[in-house]
Amino acid sequence: MRKLALSDEILLSVEKPARYIGGEINMVKKNPSKVDIRFCMCFPDVYEIGMSHMGIQILYDMLNLREDTYCERVYSPWMDLDKIMREQNIPLFALESQEPVRDFDFLGITLQYEMCYTNILQILDLSGIPLRAKDRKEGDIFVIGGGPCAYNPEPIADFFDIFYIGEGETVYDELLDTYKEWKASGRDRVEFLKAAAGIPGMYIPQFYEVKYQEDGTLADFYPIVKEAPKKVLKQVERDMSDTFYPKKPLVPYIKITQDRVVLEIQRGCIRGCRFCQAGMLYRPIRPRSLEFLKRRAGEMLRSTGHDEISLSSLSSSDYKELSELVYWLIDEFQGKGVNISLPSLRIDAFALDVMSKVQDVRKSSLTFAPEAGSQRMRNVINKGLTEEVILKGAKDAFLGGWNRVKLYFMMGLPGETWEDIEEIAVLSDKIAREYYTIPKEERNGKVSIVTSTSIFVPKPFTPFQWSPMVSKEEAKEKRYFLLDKVKGQLNAKSIKYNCHDADVSELEGIFARGDRKLCDVILRAYESGCIYDAWSEFFHYENWVEAFQEFHVDMDFYIKRQRGEDELFPWDFIDIGVTKDFLLREYNNAKAETVTPNCRVKCAGCGAAKFACGVCKE
Amino acid sequence: MKARIKFSKNGSMRFIGHLDVMRYFQKAFRRADIAMSYSQGFSPHQLMSFASPLGIGLSSDAEYLDIVLEDSESVTDFVARLNAAMNDEIRVREFTVLEEESKTSMAVLAACDYLITVKPGRTSFLTEKEQRKEAARRFAARDAIEIVKKTKRSEKMVDIRENIYKLTDDRDEFEAFTGGRYGEITLDTKEYLPVLYMQLTAGSIVNIKPELVLEALCTQEEKEYDGYSYQIHRLEMYADGDAKKGEIHTLSSEIPCRLVPLSEYGRACPK
Repeated sequence: MRKLALSDEILLSVEKPARYIGGEINMVKKNPSKVDIRFCMCFPDVYEIGMSHMGIQILYDMLNLREDTYCERVYSPWMDLDKIMREQNIPLFALESQEPVRDFDFLGITLQYEMCYTNILQILDLSGIPLRAKDRKEGDIFVIGGGPCAYNPEPIADFFDIFYIGEGETVYDELLDTYKEWKASGRDRVEFLKAAAGIPGMYIPQFYEVKYQEDGTLADFYPIVKEAPKKVLKQVERDMSDTFYPKKPLVPYIKITQDRVVLEIQRGCIRGCRFCQAGMLYRPIRPRSLEFLKRRAGEMLRSTGHDEISLSSLSSSDYKELSELVYWLIDEFQGKGVNISLPSLRIDAFALDVMSKVQDVRKSSLTFAPEAGSQRMRNVINKGLTEEVILKGAKDAFLGGWNRVKLYFMMGLPGETWEDIEEIAVLSDKIAREYYTIPKEERNGKVSIVTSTSIFVPKPFTPFQWSPMVSKEEAKEKRYFLLDKVKGQLNAKSIKYNCHDADVSELEGIFARGDRKLCDVILRAYESGCIYDAWSEFFHYENWVEAFQEFHVDMDFYIKRQRGEDELFPWDFIDIGVTKDFLLREYNNAKAETVTPNCRVKCAGCGAAKFACGVCKE
Repeated sequence: MKARIKFSKNGSMRFIGHLDVMRYFQKAFRRADIAMSYSQGFSPHQLMSFASPLGIGLSSDAEYLDIVLEDSESVTDFVARLNAAMNDEIRVREFTVLEEESKTSMAVLAACDYLITVKPGRTSFLTEKEQRKEAARRFAARDAIEIVKKTKRSEKMVDIRENIYKLTDDRDEFEAFTGGRYGEITLDTKEYLPVLYMQLTAGSIVNIKPELVLEALCTQEEKEYDGYSYQIHRLEMYADGDAKKGEIHTLSSEIPCRLVPLSEYGRACPK
């Protein structure tokens, strides 16, 4: 029988004990005492969220291919267990061996969204790992961070020994080989970090110093040891069809957010939407070969027994062989009760045909993400979706029997006017009107439109990194304005309007473009009880405000300021290929409402061509 | 083709709830490439049903799952194939092809056997052989055993004496009563100390939870009942060969119940 870290009594008193027992189908079993390196991979949120993340599954599979390494997993204990572990001094443990995380060589934390930062501290704290890297001693674990938020690691720089800048498939082998050599040599902790600093893509925050100007902006940012490079270059997997991708992903016992096989068909995006960080970070777009995808789809479905496969990418419609892949999947697996889901698909004739084959039309809804209501604003953000295309897609879908539509917009975009916001309501109404152009006898009941707005958060490495973020007060005002406009539409009764919480967005905005001064604030907020900030029921805005005040850190500095063209940003030491010059050019194009064609139409010279792969070589 | 699977559930799988076990089997059948029959419609699901959900924390030698198979080819090496796609803590023990007209195990379930053990590192008065023998004897001699039955709206006292078919500390006596031979119990009885055996009414009309009986026994002995000290292990499930629909035969019925293990009930003629 597998040994468990928690007693029956504890497991029976917490919600969903399956979060903590491991033992999932396809879990890798190794003898921890027979490996050189113990790596614990962490997603700092609850199990159901963390287990849904494909990136961890890729790294888990990849690291476990090394015979000398055992990669295990840990997720944030839910609030009920958190309390028990603190009361009873139970150290946080990895799911596989059920042994304490602090005894591992590495703790790798994936940073998928800013609002998980306090959960990182929870993980460290419950593990008994010193929270700040500078307090870690010889024999302590190395904490390494990666993922999208590692592209501005400064707000959490104090808590990490290393940040891995780039895609996980690339330099882990080098890092682990270096570690083994260092471990065998018996040299000091700092010597390993120095050796790691020499590996491309590794950023060791303690080897860099920051100088500030009087106005609080950066004056200088420079390495203080010779091993650390001045610029850290993002690492890119160049051949997506000859790389790591699990054949046997883990299958959890409880229902998780993504309870299906996830097939990443390509990485990166050609679109160049100016608000989108992922679209810049993962340039250039690199499709996987059809053959590779077909093979993996079959292997993963057979090894997991999942009844659904989802194709994942930033914009599936841009995958050239999409129809071939999708029809193949339908032919091959639909007869075996396997469902096929295609998020991020542009609604056109192909999409509707596929959807009518794989979904129950009456029960499913169509999703459009125009992101902005007016064509003017869509030009500003470079979202190449026109009203004509949206209305045509909607009309075709209505004729096909659909009657439910979801629309996603952002509010608070740079240069947004009241007219732009009103257009969100108008576009929603136009879609409803489109429905009623269909003869009554051909309609499928009433139309239902759900219009959602989120608050735009400017992110590093996007053309809007210079822009101020909308204030909470303005956001509220805009929301009421839009609500009022929605109510004034002809089809107001068919339109439901949802919006996103402004307090959380504000903090997200601060962390996204924050600097090292925020480390103290985040630590204090954690100490005052902030954790699971991404969960509205646990989010305590007032604690955050107090933490900022205590350290005299001005929240507005990070979000309300128009940044100067020549300002040095905390993340400028990272080279993502895409240049700051290009981003600035795009910022100016946004202001001029000029659209930039996508990568396949015309190369915009963003800088990603230096990686010499993907679309840059097409 | 209707079929029935008997499986054990132990160790960390005790913490996986009933609905998740159902999802677990759905995936296991796909991994084992067993041709299950599906319901019609846009989101088809495998045709399957459990005899009786096992509470979280309990372990079992005998859980029953009814399934429908597309063809008789799936029958070949069924147990070995399915077990190869499962983990070590849920194991298929028997596979029975049923008569096509047979009712679901949920519908025919009439009684369950349970073993009560004391968990390692826990104390209980029942670990003393003489004490438990005496307690079981006194319990068996009672005319009425009243427990508080909680529903969503109210609490009421119910006498469950007639639903406790047997309660003893002696395995041989229990096996003689049930007519069964449990052989090796999948719960590790070197770690978990067996103290009591009981057979109780089960099913959709009356279902007696073993925890309630154990609690009643503790109350009788004026001991505090600590649920975390005991590991309850299901040993077998039965149908009543003589019961008609909506009918149960208990100790006080004129017709005694004729219990048949679910793995044998409704079995199609052996080939």
